[in-house]
Amino acid sequence: MIGLSHYLTVAAILFTLGVLGIFINRKNVIVILMSVELILLAVNINLVAFSTHLNDITGQVFALFVLTVAAAEAAIGLAILVVFFRNRGSIAVEDVSMMKG
Amino acid sequence: MTAAAAFFYLFAGLAIASGFMVIASRNPVASVLFLILAFVNAAGLFVLMGAEFLAMILIVVYVGAVAVLFLFVVMMLDVDFAELRQGFQQYLPVGGLIGAIFLIELLLVVGSWTIDPGLVQAPLGNVAAGESFTNTAALGRVLYTEYAYFFQIAGLVLLVAMIGAIVLTLRDRPGVKRQNIAVQNARTQAMAVETRKVPSRQGVEV
Repeated sequence: MIGLSHYLTVAAILFTLGVLGIFINRKNVIVILMSVELILLAVNINLVAFSTHLNDITGQVFALFVLTVAAAEAAIGLAILVVFFRNRGSIAVEDVSMMKG
Repeated sequence: MTAAAAFFYLFAGLAIASGFMVIASRNPVASVLFLILAFVNAAGLFVLMGAEFLAMILIVVYVGAVAVLFLFVVMMLDVDFAELRQGFQQYLPVGGLIGAIFLIELLLVVGSWTIDPGLVQAPLGNVAAGESFTNTAALGRVLYTEYAYFFQIAGLVLLVAMIGAIVLTLRDRPGVKRQNIAVQNARTQAMAVETRKVPSRQGVEV
């Protein structure tokens, strides 16, 4: 029987993959953004799993708002990336210190 | 093994495998495509859990909008991705160590609690009378009443994101001819046409 802990395990593994992705792709902003999306997906799986397990719809409402913020974050992040690439000609994260004092 | 369990392992396995390929793939286009696969499988998990509305929203919003946005940006930027992958092996031990510790901690947390049975609520609607709400109806019931303000704020967040993205990426390139509608509309016949009397066999001075 598939229970709550199965879903929580899947979400934990996906979350860890997202964190790992941020660590090992430290130079590539696009993959870092995708890793953030993976992390938010894992959070959503957790919210929906608890929501359906407890018969409480609030978790799904919260997941909906997380989805909204994730979409907005992706749009803004990619827009900043495009502007940065236009100005510098590269997207290496180490170069993102140009605004430093 | 029941069909539901089989589908759970199918969706969960594919989601985890494609999530791994997102961070391990050499080609960022492949990464985006694996991200789409991960989201589709997560939507399958949502359907298994009974959250059909969120599953469909996940497909529409993520696969239809966010992933395509990523794909656009990856293909638009002319970046040498091989160069960006340098240091992959260098960061792998530290990242792997932190990831492993993190995963072990999370799994320890998952395995070590129980839920108070009093917290489990009764399903919406009168179940005995055979009446039950669909997932979408149940979500709409609270979203537009209890969480109406939050719903509006979510709309505002999206509006701000849209305006922000446009403001960030819009640029004024000099030397590009543009249509100026105000000037076009302000043109009169006197400004556009000049009538001259042409003497015979002499032509006109331009």
